[in-house]
Amino acid sequence: MSNIDKATVAKIARLSRIKIEEDKLEPLAGELNNILGWVEQLEEVNTDNIEPMSSVVDVKLRWRTDEVNDGNKQESVLKNAPNNEYGFFAVPKVIE
Amino acid sequence: MTDLTKLKIAEARDLLAKGDITSRELTEAHIAAVEAADDLNAYIEKTPEIALSQADAADAKIKAGDAKGMTGIPVGIKDLFSTKGVHTQACSHILEGFKPEYESTVTQNLWDDGAVMLGKLNMDEFAMGSSNETSFYGPVKNPWRRGDTDTVPGGSSGGSVASVAGFTAMGATASDTGGSIRQPASFTGTFGFKPTYGRCSRYGMVAFASSLDQAGTITRDVRDGAIMMESIAGFDAKDSTSVDISVPNFEAALTGDIRGMKIGIPQEYHLAGMPGEIEALWHKGIEWLKAAGAEVVDINLPHTKYALPTYYIVAPAEASSNLARYDGVRYGLRETVDGGGLADMYEATRAAGFGDEVKRRIMIGTYVLSAGYYDAYYLKAQKVRQLIADDFKRAFAKVDAILTPTAPSAAFAFGEKSDDPLAMYLNDVFTVPASLAGLPGSSIPAGLDSNGLPLGLQILGKPWDEETVFKVSGVLEEAAGFTSEPELWWR
Repeated sequence: MSNIDKATVAKIARLSRIKIEEDKLEPLAGELNNILGWVEQLEEVNTDNIEPMSSVVDVKLRWRTDEVNDGNKQESVLKNAPNNEYGFFAVPKVIE
Repeated sequence: MTDLTKLKIAEARDLLAKGDITSRELTEAHIAAVEAADDLNAYIEKTPEIALSQADAADAKIKAGDAKGMTGIPVGIKDLFSTKGVHTQACSHILEGFKPEYESTVTQNLWDDGAVMLGKLNMDEFAMGSSNETSFYGPVKNPWRRGDTDTVPGGSSGGSVASVAGFTAMGATASDTGGSIRQPASFTGTFGFKPTYGRCSRYGMVAFASSLDQAGTITRDVRDGAIMMESIAGFDAKDSTSVDISVPNFEAALTGDIRGMKIGIPQEYHLAGMPGEIEALWHKGIEWLKAAGAEVVDINLPHTKYALPTYYIVAPAEASSNLARYDGVRYGLRETVDGGGLADMYEATRAAGFGDEVKRRIMIGTYVLSAGYYDAYYLKAQKVRQLIADDFKRAFAKVDAILTPTAPSAAFAFGEKSDDPLAMYLNDVFTVPASLAGLPGSSIPAGLDSNGLPLGLQILGKPWDEETVFKVSGVLEEAAGFTSEPELWWR
């Protein structure tokens, strides 16, 4: 089923937001095909009428009252930012 | 005075209580041992000042009669547990310089009990690896060598096991996504324990695959594991998957009495091509449990062979989502491109910040979740995962615990498997199924192979029945009588 070519690798890299150099696309296609070819053995398992697992433990997610219980930590939140200005995360210009 | 670093946690606890030693003495001995063990590369950040101040606080606590099991005990912390103000990068370059403003619940529990932090431990980058060779900080050396050849400590908790096996920590935190506690424990002659999914809070743990990640411990024996597990476990409202069940006294489960207990031997775990020594050790384990009065029965876990491929869809899928947060905006590394915009910054940052294995898994995960492939890969894998969990459920209707080898090989040399991702993934063939099913499990040092390298046996239990896992582990440990230690060649 899987037949990942250079163009597909480039597309996945773009979706993953990882810059991949042109000369690395071909080797990566090989590696990804190997792994995907191997996982495709799952096709032989009959999964008719099987519900996909959604949680490994048999418990319901808890509810809590919808009230603020944390916050007012602007300084903490920004502490590790590579660049911050005026209390905001600063990034390269996105609007011309 | 004897070498304090050779003490086990339970022994130190008793000596501390009697006033024969102080936590400061114990901690100073360990700080010196850590300093002398740079060659192992287990610690990527040392925190001696924090350790000494925690030791003094522990000594005061002990004097006041306030001691708990872990009070005054020096431990190492895997780099994926957030420690406030201290290096936390999951050994990735992309978290360069990150110092959390908060503490993980698991480590907070340890500090609340008076434990002492020696430093942060090396690991595979984002816990993705089985040999600790993917760390940005370089590989960890296994204290155990194959003749003159260095071997890997296993992974991803490579620093955790090397520190405990190398006498530079009395215990270490670790985490298991597909075997990252049990496989390295097997490679280093240490006791690894992974509890039921939901037993420990994941709050403050750097996320890899959230439906699988679970904290656990590395210690030198089963009793120490019980003491340390009891400290780190417990319900936490800050983790929505943490389960509100009280934590039993795990140490009290070590009665040594398994008479009448039923132990399952899964026939699918007899792998073709597995070293005869491992088959033989497994057989010994069966005989040990029988001699202790357990009934050993063959069981079937028919979907075992599909566990690894299932894992290598589910885990990368979750990783691709979890690791999307590393974008160079809020913390860690930022790489910009001259004249480039925001998207260029994302792509450059992630290209520079992630290692090859992490990139590979993010891309696999992105692909299996992408439009047109989601049903064929991800949904299919989640269905097979359910079948794997059902296999265990059926088996546990008949048995109390399951005995298997922990890993299909002993520790291997550096570079031996790192060129072939699939060969590396096979390391986790016996540990991944229980991770997919969220079950508690342990690895007990049970013998040495012909090269003098440790081999482990694995015990798996029912959900929330860690006590049986501890109990059977204790009996195996007693019967195996594993007392070998690595030579201290690095000191």
